[in-house]
Amino acid sequence: MNYRKLLVGAAVATALTPLAHADGHSGERGRDGQVNIIYWQAPSTLNPYLSGGTKEVESASLVLESLGRFSDTGELLPWLAAEIPTVENGGIAEDLTSITWKLKEGVKWSDGSPLTAADAVFTWKYCTDPEGGCAQASYFDGVENIEAVDDLTIKITFSGPKPFPYTSLVGAESPIIQEAQFKDCLGAKAPTCTDANFGPIGTGPFVVTEFKANDVVQFAANDNFREEGKPAFATVNFKGGGDAAAAARSVLETGEFDYAWNLQIDPTVLAEMESKGKGTVATAFGTSVERLHINQSNPDPSLGDERATVKHPHPFLTDSRIGQAMSMAIDRALIVEIGYGAGGQVTCNVLPAPAVYSSTANDACKTQDIEGAKALLDEAGIVDTNGDGIREKDGVPLSVSYQTSTNAVRQDTQALIKEWWSQIGIETELRNIDASVFFGGDPASPDTFQKFFADVEMYTNNFAGVDPEAYMANWRCSEIPSPDSQWQGSNMQRFCDPAYDALVDKLSQTAGIDARAEIVKQQNDMLMNSYSIIPLVHRGGVSAYANSLGGVQISDWDSELWNIKDWYRIK
Amino acid sequence: MLTYTIRRLILTIPTLIFISFVIFLIVKLSPSDPTANLPLTIPPEVREKIRESLGVNQPITVQYFLWLKQFFWLEPRIFLENSFGWDLGTANETRLISYATRSPVMDLIWERMPQTLWVVGTAYVVGILIAIPIGIYSAYRQYSFFDQAGTFISMVGFSVPPFFSGVLVIVVFSVLIPTDSFWWLPSIYDTTHRVTDWESFKFQFRQMIMPVMVLALQITAQISRFARASMLDNLNQDYVRTARAKGVRERGVVMKHVLRNSMIPVVTVIALGIPGIFGGAIITEQVFKVNGLGQLLIIAIQGGDVPMVQTLTFIFAILIVLFNLVADVLYGLLDPRIRYD
Amino acid sequence: MTDTSLELDKPSRSQWWYVWVQFRTHKGALVGAFVFIFILLGVLIGPWLWPYEATAIDIRSRNQGPSWAHPMGTDQLGRDTLARVMIGGRVSMAVGMTAMFIALLLGTLIGVLAGFFQWLDGILMRLTDLFLALPLLPLLLVIIMLFRETLSASFGPEGGIFILMVSAIGITSWMQTARIVRGDVLSLKEREFMVAARSIGTRNSRMMSRHILPNVLSPIMVSATLGIATAIITESALSFLGLGFPPDFPTWGRLLRDATDFLQQYPERAIWPGLMISLTVLSVNYMGDGLRDALDPRIRGR
Repeated sequence: MNYRKLLVGAAVATALTPLAHADGHSGERGRDGQVNIIYWQAPSTLNPYLSGGTKEVESASLVLESLGRFSDTGELLPWLAAEIPTVENGGIAEDLTSITWKLKEGVKWSDGSPLTAADAVFTWKYCTDPEGGCAQASYFDGVENIEAVDDLTIKITFSGPKPFPYTSLVGAESPIIQEAQFKDCLGAKAPTCTDANFGPIGTGPFVVTEFKANDVVQFAANDNFREEGKPAFATVNFKGGGDAAAAARSVLETGEFDYAWNLQIDPTVLAEMESKGKGTVATAFGTSVERLHINQSNPDPSLGDERATVKHPHPFLTDSRIGQAMSMAIDRALIVEIGYGAGGQVTCNVLPAPAVYSSTANDACKTQDIEGAKALLDEAGIVDTNGDGIREKDGVPLSVSYQTSTNAVRQDTQALIKEWWSQIGIETELRNIDASVFFGGDPASPDTFQKFFADVEMYTNNFAGVDPEAYMANWRCSEIPSPDSQWQGSNMQRFCDPAYDALVDKLSQTAGIDARAEIVKQQNDMLMNSYSIIPLVHRGGVSAYANSLGGVQISDWDSELWNIKDWYRIK
Repeated sequence: MLTYTIRRLILTIPTLIFISFVIFLIVKLSPSDPTANLPLTIPPEVREKIRESLGVNQPITVQYFLWLKQFFWLEPRIFLENSFGWDLGTANETRLISYATRSPVMDLIWERMPQTLWVVGTAYVVGILIAIPIGIYSAYRQYSFFDQAGTFISMVGFSVPPFFSGVLVIVVFSVLIPTDSFWWLPSIYDTTHRVTDWESFKFQFRQMIMPVMVLALQITAQISRFARASMLDNLNQDYVRTARAKGVRERGVVMKHVLRNSMIPVVTVIALGIPGIFGGAIITEQVFKVNGLGQLLIIAIQGGDVPMVQTLTFIFAILIVLFNLVADVLYGLLDPRIRYD
Repeated sequence: MTDTSLELDKPSRSQWWYVWVQFRTHKGALVGAFVFIFILLGVLIGPWLWPYEATAIDIRSRNQGPSWAHPMGTDQLGRDTLARVMIGGRVSMAVGMTAMFIALLLGTLIGVLAGFFQWLDGILMRLTDLFLALPLLPLLLVIIMLFRETLSASFGPEGGIFILMVSAIGITSWMQTARIVRGDVLSLKEREFMVAARSIGTRNSRMMSRHILPNVLSPIMVSATLGIATAIITESALSFLGLGFPPDFPTWGRLLRDATDFLQQYPERAIWPGLMISLTVLSVNYMGDGLRDALDPRIRGR
């Protein structure tokens, strides 16, 4: 230990003299000692194919890398690949059915063996093994074959035209794993390879030295990393546990840690902590939108087995004017101010980013209009007939149940919205459900978000990567959850419009970013005009880093730690 | 007493098997799901595949008997193999695997044991050592200033939950006190720290102060109350008057006769609490990031990790049954008149 | 021997009168009773007298400190803290007291029966072991999944949850009392006065009510006091996990937990609910002390 410290110390001393004055962050590998990262939800494994959670994917991204990564601006950068294949440079076939990647030359695994195209092919086989239960299998959707043309060339063939082919082996979710290490771990044998799952060999800047599941991971700089003088840190202490407030405190107030992830806490508290001057709060916006789903089917318990199925339309929420009034009554700016602070922006679109896809047709919702909402309902003849302060439509009082997962910010938002809806004559009953049940999808539980046994529900959804095609297909008629499909499906609000389905099909055939953007915007506006989905807040990932930590560029398009190889200590 | 103990030990086996089945039913029936915590970007059909590969959809009896076999037959053999280097032919059998980490449940539990025993165990010992003298003295000088203050502090201490008191001490000792001060204490427990010399022991001591104190406050409050109440009951008994009349010194009366007779409820409470040491302290562990068995359990519950919840709860059940038996045996030693047969 | 004075008193009214006389002389008990009744009245009547609704949001006056309009300040949504503390107290007091009574009744009953009757001991104590071993959180998830809909339908959403919470906390917290009572009973059973009572042919029911119960009262009282605090805190932990009352519905435990995040900016927000929980527990503790002394014939008259 002491010997190592000495070495590092000496390295820093020599590195400082020639280079340090220029920018302070180049020199010997491992010159800056240890960086402490806290993820208040700790990783349970370092194999992202076995657990698709953000914490696993991001911690593994220090070790495992993919062909390309998305930068903080959403730009696709070549990582293990020499360049990004396009139709222009011949990397993508004219008919859009295949893509050919070239690996960088001389890339080595941390055990010293060379990275080859065979590893990429193996990764595909590993994840698509039918018995493996691979969490990232959707990244290989539509892939017919992956083959190694030569040691450095990977050819991916799709079963049909794939206008956006940068999914397989791109981004933190589908990195390349080493064939030599995992060759006996295919399919049902995956869980027997604990050593490999807890300590994968990678090409990235760090190697795992100790892994304690759901607790702590220790990394050390990879001696075989391909970039000279990187990473600047000799070790990484990746601690988990506690809650978001404690994680923020350890970076912004006590200074025990250098980087804290996912700090969804009260913005005034976070701002107060930041004002202590020890660290900085940074936000990265991706595609996450906190939204309300307005149930188009009737969740009345008296319907029994046909409850919340398309057989029974909702008695009043299918009227888009009611949904519109509900949307108008909401002061999104205030929700952002109270619950999200810098971590949120007002949005009127379910698809707010990337910029090229975001529509501006619905921006009227950005300002609250209670009077307008009242007028709209009055005009529609939906008025309070019996004097109890609640409007009725065809004799049915506008009384809604509103459910979401348990989370302090969501409960504040619920309380605010309940208040605003009461002002326009809509009564609301609030419910919160433990997240593990709500998002659990257990067909036996009545409280899952798929079953949607409520009138309104709220949660955040997003899509990984930068292409919205699969995401926008969520609202096809065929995606509606029902008892026949074991309540599987992603069309929570039971929106169904053949014209929308046609746009989904059209998008899957269209290439060219502008043409695609046009269709996506149409889809977005169609959803917005149905008022079956009411977007509230465009949410960003909020993280904090110590002021002495340099080079941090938080990205929501990839792992937040995507460029940890460039991090350094400001002296 | 010996025959009673042996009979009880034999009886624990069917009891524990029954308990394990009830626990299994509850854990299986509860509606949380191992894929619930995954990002929503993972589509439902992939989730279904994951569930299948975990064996979630198998019939409940199949899963239960598999668990029984793995827990009672396979894991003990693996334990023996690892401790003595024997070969009992377990290499090709599937171990008890946790859903969330896809690694053997027992390994994770062993990994968590040290920090849990260090922190929660120390807190328990500290708590008892403080509580019993307080209880004795408070009862002996009932309604004195010491008694009133003790009552007040322990009642307030017990009604302030650790999620509050833990954050309070962190704010005081980690945030308000500057980092370079002698009084500053780390707010995050380093589970990778190993005690090898005096310096590292000092560090270990410092990082244990806050979690141990927060936990010990609760334990002290509870045990000192029971000790006081029970002492009070006995101080007024006839035998105390007799002993005093016989000329036994006051110290002897209190420490020998009264204390011994007052220990039954205290022993009960302590015995009930010891399994809790292994159960960890969910909230305190979370506040200080100790990540012991309590954190393992709560994460497993939230993640629908059935094998992990089942195994942890069942180990907990074994300890409960055993320590209640220990308490029953101790009753007999404390009060030889108690007979069970 | 201990109960001869009671045996001589004829009507039970005068017996309770003696207890009351004794209770009155206990200063701590009187103060405790006064504080307890004050809190009880405050949470029962207070919300009617106080102009602010506990759930009314007033964004313009959020995060305020104590003032004449809001004696305890307001929270991050501008809700009046005093109103929330009063409404929250209803639930917390009710959950705490009811769960405590269930736990006490069950615990004492099972403890006395198991300690007194040899043949019941085995089965009752194994049952206790079973309940001690049950994991509370998954158990609650199951209970809520199975019964929430039916209870909500018959008692309304809040009433249904209330019944669920109280019974869940009640049925999972009697075990400690039961084991403590049983331990004491086992030892009491062999004392001279019990042997004497049995030798003159006292019936079992009378032995239990006259000789056993009064002598195990003090551990029961301690369990009761600690039980209230535990129930209030368990409720807060459960509603924090989404297993409890609707989210906009305050309880003391929940207010305290919400305030923990704001500990540095608005410490008073944590003090109010924390103070209420502590005061309730302390007052019950002193009342318990007084009651125990009053019921103990050996102390009486001293």
